Amino acid sequence: MKGDCVSAKKVDISSLEKNANQSRKEILQITNSAGCGHPGGSLSAVEILTTLYFYKLNHKPEDPFWSERDRMIVSKGHASPVTYSVLASCGYFPKEELATFRKLGSRLQGHVHRKVPGVELNTGSLGHGLSVSNGIALAAKMKKKDFKSYCLMGDGEIQEGSVWEAAMTAAHFKLDNVCAIIDYNKIQENGLVSDIMGLEPLAEKWKSFGWEVVEVDGHNFDELISAFDKFGTVKDKPFVIIAHTIKGKGVSFMENTQKWHGKAPNDEQLKDALAELEGKAA
Amino acid sequence: MEMIPTRDGFGKGLVELGRERDDIVVVSADLEDATRAEYFKKEFPDRFFSVGIAEQDMIGTAVGLSLEGYVAFTNSFAVFLTNRAYDMIRIDVCQNNANVKLVCSHGGITVGEDGATAQCLEDFAIMRVLPNMKVICPADSIEAKKITKLIAQDYGPFYVRTSRAALPVLSKEDDELVIGKANILRPGKDVSLIACGVMVSEALQAAEILEKQGIDARVVNMHTIKPIDQEAIIACAKETGAIVTAEEHQITGGLGSAVAEVLVQNTPVPMEMVGIKDTYGETGDPEGLLRKYHLKDVDIAAAAKKVMKRK
Repeated sequence: MKGDCVSAKKVDISSLEKNANQSRKEILQITNSAGCGHPGGSLSAVEILTTLYFYKLNHKPEDPFWSERDRMIVSKGHASPVTYSVLASCGYFPKEELATFRKLGSRLQGHVHRKVPGVELNTGSLGHGLSVSNGIALAAKMKKKDFKSYCLMGDGEIQEGSVWEAAMTAAHFKLDNVCAIIDYNKIQENGLVSDIMGLEPLAEKWKSFGWEVVEVDGHNFDELISAFDKFGTVKDKPFVIIAHTIKGKGVSFMENTQKWHGKAPNDEQLKDALAELEGKAA
Repeated sequence: MEMIPTRDGFGKGLVELGRERDDIVVVSADLEDATRAEYFKKEFPDRFFSVGIAEQDMIGTAVGLSLEGYVAFTNSFAVFLTNRAYDMIRIDVCQNNANVKLVCSHGGITVGEDGATAQCLEDFAIMRVLPNMKVICPADSIEAKKITKLIAQDYGPFYVRTSRAALPVLSKEDDELVIGKANILRPGKDVSLIACGVMVSEALQAAEILEKQGIDARVVNMHTIKPIDQEAIIACAKETGAIVTAEEHQITGGLGSAVAEVLVQNTPVPMEMVGIKDTYGETGDPEGLLRKYHLKDVDIAAAAKKVMKRK
């Protein structure tokens, strides 16, 4: 698996689908085992992170601080289950360690943490990541390095004003080496994003802030791949992918409800969910 | 005595750093003229980034630069940087132990006419409570310059408070300054006056007032509030038996509290705290404000006499 992560540009969609299905199972297993965590917003981001780590990112899991690696900031730090699952699948750390998620003494902190190989930044308070991604991108420009700076954000997260400070900065400094991805699953902690604090017209907002905008079905690998491939071809502008997703994607009783934003499945629910995912894999 | 604001020392130190090292960068939020970071901007425009009036973004951007190996200096008024961007300082800077330096001007009530919103009186407290953060308040412009250069050599987060008001230049270029090591500016055996920033010169004047009354006061410049010089505090307690702290800050959580924490756990002796007492400031000239809020030499001298009676 390790070799596949480096500059893997040959697209094998069925292999990505297999990885995504495995990630979904692990998200459910480790939140069940921890008795808490955030499955909903992890399940929505599975294809995004799978595409990044198994197709797009230039990285070496055996050398997490490789100087030429692309930098990935998971700004929606509560999406730790999917992040850890994908990192383990890449070989950053042993899969067995996933069972320690959220437990005392574990590296796998409740929110994404630098103790974990492959993680660049502790996150968990929303609206921080994009500024840091910009700083990394400015450094790359100064050093004339080609690596890219990626930032995954939640939709509710971009209600934070600091995100828009960073959005202005990226455009002002023409950071065409920054790629933001918004996991637009339409649901936040207490309900629908559109009810709580609507984001629309979202694409127009980013365009007016000076960004190149691409909208995709965030569960469709072909669309994600072509969006990520467009990043890097647009000069002098930062790039944002608005990925339309489904909260709780892949588990019918978890889909499209805020109930599973910050709640783990119990043993019976886990069994049902895994059976459903097994059926899909077959 | 020559009077220079400590922010000028920061500006000069930053320029010297820029000349000596190419890994120094500055991120700013449109107050670089006031903080004197503009000296660096003029000489090194390619290593200076203004993110506009956006303190939260300033901190995050600096963290990103530091993750890539740069020593990232941020600057603003103390109120805006420490209060507005606190969550970013706590997580992005301190939890990630990023090599980011926060150097703020306009600390304390001597900000003056701008009034209460601009007068930062709680920065020591909220910065020193953060793990990984070190906290310094230089007493004059020479110290401010030296500290600016020293913190670039020491990996990790630092908070440095400088002043808007011109302060007496007490030290010389070749005086020794070590982070975390208090400087004894005047020996004494009856009482110790431990101060930082603008209050150091007030403490020296207080010692002269006390001398005329036959009291031999020691004056300690506690420029580093965290990590605080425990050894020096314990020595003051043992050798003088009474302590007065003086700071241009709330007495809750600042220098006085830090000194008290050392005393109560090691060598409890009577102590008095000169500082702001649970109130905000107001518009006025710096000298008038120091008098009104009881931060003058006479107030320190009065506190010394009071504490000595408690011995």
